[in-house]
Amino acid sequence: MGVPRFWREIPSRYNLIGVKCGNCNKILFPPRFICPHCRRTGKLEPYKLKPKGKVLSYTVIHVAAQGFERMVPYILGIIELEDGPRIMAQITDCDEKEINIGDEVEIIFRKMGEEGKEGVIYYGFKARKIPKS
Amino acid sequence: MIKVGIVGYGVYIPRYRIKVEEIARVWGADPNQIMSGLRIREKSVPGPDEDTATIAVEAARNAVKYANVNPRDIGAIYVGSESHPYAVKPTATIVAEAIEATPSLTAADLEFACKAGTAGLQACIGLVGSNIIKYGMAIGADTAQGAPGDPLEYSAAAGGAAFIVGASEANQTIADFETTCSYTTDTPDFWRREGKPYPKHGGRFTGRPAYFKHVLSAAHALLRKLRLTPEDFTYAVFHQPNGKFPIQAAKELGFTKEQIEPGLLAPRIGNTYSGSSMLGLAAVLDVAKPGDRIMVVSYGSGAGSDAFSIVVNEMIEQRRKNSQAPPVEFYINWKKYIDYATYAKYRNLLVVG
Amino acid sequence: MREVAVIGVGLTKFGEQWDISFREMLLEAGIRAIEDAGIDGKQLDALYVGNMSAGQFVKQEHIASLIADNAGLTPIAATRVEAACASGGLAFRQAVIAVASGHHDFVVAAGIEKMTDLLTAGVTGALATAADQEWEVYQGATFPALYALMARRHMHEFGTTEEQLAMVAVKNHSNACLNPYAQYHTKITVEQVLKSPPVAKPLKLLDCSPITDGAACVILAPAEKARRFTDTPILVAGTGQASDTISLHSRQTLTGLMATVEAARAAYKMAGMGPKDVDLAEVHDCFTIAEIMAIEDLGFCKKGKGGQLTEEGETALGGKIPINTSGGLKGKGHPVGATGIAQVVEIVTQLRGEAGKRQVDGAEIGLAHNVGGSGGTAVVHVLRRMD
Repeated sequence: MGVPRFWREIPSRYNLIGVKCGNCNKILFPPRFICPHCRRTGKLEPYKLKPKGKVLSYTVIHVAAQGFERMVPYILGIIELEDGPRIMAQITDCDEKEINIGDEVEIIFRKMGEEGKEGVIYYGFKARKIPKS
Repeated sequence: MIKVGIVGYGVYIPRYRIKVEEIARVWGADPNQIMSGLRIREKSVPGPDEDTATIAVEAARNAVKYANVNPRDIGAIYVGSESHPYAVKPTATIVAEAIEATPSLTAADLEFACKAGTAGLQACIGLVGSNIIKYGMAIGADTAQGAPGDPLEYSAAAGGAAFIVGASEANQTIADFETTCSYTTDTPDFWRREGKPYPKHGGRFTGRPAYFKHVLSAAHALLRKLRLTPEDFTYAVFHQPNGKFPIQAAKELGFTKEQIEPGLLAPRIGNTYSGSSMLGLAAVLDVAKPGDRIMVVSYGSGAGSDAFSIVVNEMIEQRRKNSQAPPVEFYINWKKYIDYATYAKYRNLLVVG
Repeated sequence: MREVAVIGVGLTKFGEQWDISFREMLLEAGIRAIEDAGIDGKQLDALYVGNMSAGQFVKQEHIASLIADNAGLTPIAATRVEAACASGGLAFRQAVIAVASGHHDFVVAAGIEKMTDLLTAGVTGALATAADQEWEVYQGATFPALYALMARRHMHEFGTTEEQLAMVAVKNHSNACLNPYAQYHTKITVEQVLKSPPVAKPLKLLDCSPITDGAACVILAPAEKARRFTDTPILVAGTGQASDTISLHSRQTLTGLMATVEAARAAYKMAGMGPKDVDLAEVHDCFTIAEIMAIEDLGFCKKGKGGQLTEEGETALGGKIPINTSGGLKGKGHPVGATGIAQVVEIVTQLRGEAGKRQVDGAEIGLAHNVGGSGGTAVVHVLRRMD
């Protein structure tokens, strides 16, 4: 994907920095440049989302996306965050038997991929089922 | 120099475990002989999406949760490891960004085999003690390498711990440093050359002239400096390349089994290299009471030991109660066993694509 | 606005066309369409070509002029239209609008994709560029995975079963056996689908449309001039198009495509018809779940009842509303940019009564539904006989 493109999104990828609309107070993630509800009426300010949510749906990927070959089988989910927005994230540190729709997850920091053996390493967010302690 | 202590700490140990028996099965070794020789039953294994940076970030975030400080007040981050994801490009900047400590801080990666984490701790003590920064964060984290088939493969594990150092004033610390001292020589007992995936070691040479000489010397120096004896300490933590060496070191120094038991993690998670002595200290702080005195002695091949004396204060109970950060025991028990084939896949031992 | 009619259609054989290059392929479909219409190439005013990703599949951009050049049609106005897998449907719509506006009279709407010059990994990587690169693909998403996420949720909310999904593939393969242009002429069973290797659970290999080379072409004319060329002109009674967020996770629902609902509403309104008037439909079954959601979103059954409608056989030939008589994307093949045009070709063939063994008796009104990405674009056309 190229270094500048990865680097530009670091705040959102590491820390779930989205935006909040000053007009309708809606929290938006991934960050947007204009509020889809208020258009230019609302000024968007950076907003850090809580790294908690629940699983809306999930799939177990057996034929990997390019760059994810080593991860198969891996679980990809749609997570509804407590703050409202939904994100797509891998669900890591578990196998498919441990996952159900509705499960609570936390958003954590993981390695996403790398630009070949010599290139830059990409980090970002994944979801992990909150263990019962 | 102002008095400094630990404001908070956090740990992380990956979920996956492989049993010594399973590794022994693959290499046709006798598991009982290895388990009694190393006193390790199983070791932690990082998942395929984990590396030293992700482990350091999870530990650092837990430390911030425990300390409840504004990350932007952290003026220095040092990450000690011998498995930094990059040869050139710091892990410390990744951690700094991931805990939102950027941009007004200094950051660097340290390497001194298994003791780079405690070297970072000493640097933080110096910077905070001389009032240059408000808080400093020292991390020891590794995804330890051991060549397949090498005895190291039974012990080389993954995990990390992060400590936030601050001034002892204002009741913000949970434990305070009495002093630290080190013992360092040029002793090539274990090394990894540039560009090579696995370390080499001197076999039995890693014992008496290396681990024991440095750990015992640093511990003796600390006792002399503070005019204390082993009886003055509630707990002691020594670097844990296996489950056997720290027990032997404790015995030779005059510490009892009870003093070292709470911090002895190697039998249950293996050797987390730069994470080892710091995870041991964290495990002790998880159970310590106000007034307890703790000795910590790290060891890094090549070779050197850093010794610390730490006295727990009355703030610990309240802070421990309020902390959202999981204790060491939580991570040790949050585990999932894998077989050697899965281990080989996760540890990148297979050539794919 | 003028009424617009289809006066000629042409297809290439769909499948792995190892011998035929990108630039040659469209020619084959184009010549068939021109001959079908009985029009002279010199009479053509404009060409709209739907193509998703020649830049990735054959490293060739600027393809509209390349095609005009190879067809000997220069200096015709040649325009490429791109909206991932809906490129063909949108090219058709642009051509319809061009004729309806009165700006052009005789317009070619074509679609083409040459996919097999790349290895499978390259093809799936190229297709994945239709998803959100920053927030879906970066996270490890593949196209089957996006539809699998919809399938899992559909199963969760409505009790749709993996067997019902499989029945879509079984039906479409069965239809494809009756279509000489289709990629597959093999019947499959529910058990075979269920036992095929997982791609993105709950979707298995036989829930997925294949990688296909193919091109399709139609010729459009003002309705009032159509009868000069053919006795059976087919009227474009309604056209509708809608967009939605390109990332699946940003949508309000995971169990249907709002873009389809909106596009269908517009097309039905323009045609002055509703779903009950439709005799057959070609819908975008890139994955089996996509057909089930499509027949719900297009109004052929209630939301959540698509699996049941399929199981009851109502979407098969001879059913209440035959779906994908051509074999659909699953059985006929899915050369992405060509698919939207090929759907129109099938509807026209059926409405003319020329569909042979797969003919829907008395078909007068047909619908074509083409989707881009996981639902970021949808386009719907309603066609009818001009009797």
